[in-house]
Amino acid sequence: MAENQSTDMDDSEDVVTLAHGAGGGAMRSMLQDLVVPRFAGNGAATDGTEVADDGDTPRVGLPELDDGAVHPVGDDGALVVTTDSHVVKPLFFPGGDIGRLAVAGTVNDLAMMGATEPTALTCSLVLEEGTPTSDVQRVIESMAATAEEADVSISTGDTKVMGNGDVDGIVINTAGVAYLDGNAPVSDAGLDPGDALIVSGPMGDHGIALLSAREGFDFTGDLESDVAPVNGFVGAAMDAGRITAMKDPTRGGLANALNEMAEKADVGIDIDEQRIPISGATASAGEVLGIDPLSVANEGKVVMGVDQNDAKAVLEAIQACPGGKDAEIVGQASEDHTGRVVVDTGFGRRYLSEPEGEALPRIC
Amino acid sequence: MSSDQTLQFRNPDQADQLAERLETLMADIDEPVTLMHVCGSHEQAIAKFGLRSLLPDGLSVRMGPGCPVCVTNMPEVDEAVAVAEQGAIVATYGDMFRVPGTQKSLADARADGADVEVVYSASEAVELAAEHPDREVVFFATGFETTAAPTAAILANDPPENFSVLSAHKYVPPAMEVVAEMPDVDIDGFLAAGHAATITGYGLFEPFVEEFELPIVVGGFEPIDVLLGVERLLEYIKADVAGLENAYPRCVSKEGNEQALETMWSVFETTSGEWRGIAEIPGANLVIRDEYAAYDTRERFDVEPASGGPDPLTEQCICGDIMAGKADPDECELFDEECTPGNPVGACMVSSEGTCKIWHEYGGHPDF
Repeated sequence: MAENQSTDMDDSEDVVTLAHGAGGGAMRSMLQDLVVPRFAGNGAATDGTEVADDGDTPRVGLPELDDGAVHPVGDDGALVVTTDSHVVKPLFFPGGDIGRLAVAGTVNDLAMMGATEPTALTCSLVLEEGTPTSDVQRVIESMAATAEEADVSISTGDTKVMGNGDVDGIVINTAGVAYLDGNAPVSDAGLDPGDALIVSGPMGDHGIALLSAREGFDFTGDLESDVAPVNGFVGAAMDAGRITAMKDPTRGGLANALNEMAEKADVGIDIDEQRIPISGATASAGEVLGIDPLSVANEGKVVMGVDQNDAKAVLEAIQACPGGKDAEIVGQASEDHTGRVVVDTGFGRRYLSEPEGEALPRIC
Repeated sequence: MSSDQTLQFRNPDQADQLAERLETLMADIDEPVTLMHVCGSHEQAIAKFGLRSLLPDGLSVRMGPGCPVCVTNMPEVDEAVAVAEQGAIVATYGDMFRVPGTQKSLADARADGADVEVVYSASEAVELAAEHPDREVVFFATGFETTAAPTAAILANDPPENFSVLSAHKYVPPAMEVVAEMPDVDIDGFLAAGHAATITGYGLFEPFVEEFELPIVVGGFEPIDVLLGVERLLEYIKADVAGLENAYPRCVSKEGNEQALETMWSVFETTSGEWRGIAEIPGANLVIRDEYAAYDTRERFDVEPASGGPDPLTEQCICGDIMAGKADPDECELFDEECTPGNPVGACMVSSEGTCKIWHEYGGHPDF
């Protein structure tokens, strides 16, 4: 990582760095500059101005940089489409593997648009020459089991093999489609002042477990990734009350998700840090590594804005579902400090910054 | 409150009580007070727990030269880069890896093919030397007394012949004197770093307190430790007394770790040296004594500092003023614009102990 980032200081030409893949501001500005304006017919003209709605324009398209796109079909239905490529090191980690991650990730992206009953997933494998077939088999079995858990079928796919060293082990792309019948999609930009913010469970487990495994830190206690499909409890939450905005706090963790939600909705967010669920093992490992569990990925969690009158009902609905028992109301949206997130630490208050670049363990 | 009272170091209720006490003390003192701490870990605790939002109006707590990586001078980085480019394996702490030199960081050197290894301790660097008996292994050693003592212990214990140390170790007390004397820095008291004091002992500060007539309180790193240290300093300021106090007795003694100190001073001696962006500070650099010259990289290699000027952006970097307590990171034009952790201009944005990095991470001034 350091090599890539440092060489770009010498080169006059900008190059892609790992910071562009970390899900923060660097990635967003690259997408806004390079990608969004070039794909026309998505609600954004190539010059960035608004285009007329010709009926085929997606209700949620590329410019929104949401978890997926929503295309109108029929009279009041909509098709939700999303895609995600999965790379993870190590391929098998405490609490999961790349296969489970690939299925849960795409199911969760659909769920974040309000589509909790996915129709189908695709599975595209890129395999490195020399990868043991037993590894591939384990990954496929894990994908099948996770798809069953999420109640979705994997109905088409593709496989490529690349030479030794040309790709790192196994890369999986999954795309997903779901039909939304009449329900409005949920965006990540819909927060209103006064909305309650709910997180569905302990934060930072995936990121801290992976960093620990990757760095070979041998922490006692049970650090495990939380990777899991969330469509079950998200569906229950949507039945229980009005969800105004929703996001799965993956790369960049809760800190990134909240900042993005505040920025997109032009509201402020106040968070009570002591109410954010964090497991003891993750908290202590994070402290040792010098990494804030709020700034690393979750793969089976959701943060949602909820109409304050429905907050209790939604919370209870989530808590009654598998994967949601530790859900908490952690704060609310406000009219103050718009676009920013303020955390009450229990001692004082500070801004919650958006993490930049990949979290690295403290060394010195 | 006596400072050896048993405390729950993360008890928010106690923080509220201390914050109230700070209000009262500041009302009694009735003029602005600026305190300086000299440790990145103090700044982390202050920023991470939002303690600055608890400070009453008129009370400012600033970080001074408390980040060893940040005060490492560019020519020192250049020396490490030069040694790496001459074919040695250079081992260093991770925080040092990406600190820009005049032309290159060690990370750049590695990208260009040099052997640079990140290690977690001096002993890991020695292991590298044992693994590569046919190569020169250089430990680019940075840090204050807390890391200088372990480096000394390694040198005093017959390391492999192919091992040497490029010392950029620093000694804090003389830097505090220089900052205390700076005409445009008006410090009313110091919160001294508990980590370093576990080695040096707090007795070391006695002459300083006498000479500069400023109170010093040695503080720990939990939120209550920090608030307590600030409270004790205000008590001295209110009483107009230049006292010395140990508010971290669970780790720090007056004498310190005498064995570690003895080893440290048997291997290192002090010399005058430039602290990046701050000043030439007499007696604040730790260099290897003649008795250990065989393990001194500067004796074994011909290390010329790099030629040519630094990146023009570096001229705008105000790291030096920040470390001298003259400015806050958000007063720098580059902060969070051209200078970010992903693309740092100054060392303060590289190290996890650096003020700019910490402010970037925890959101800077609580201006909500």
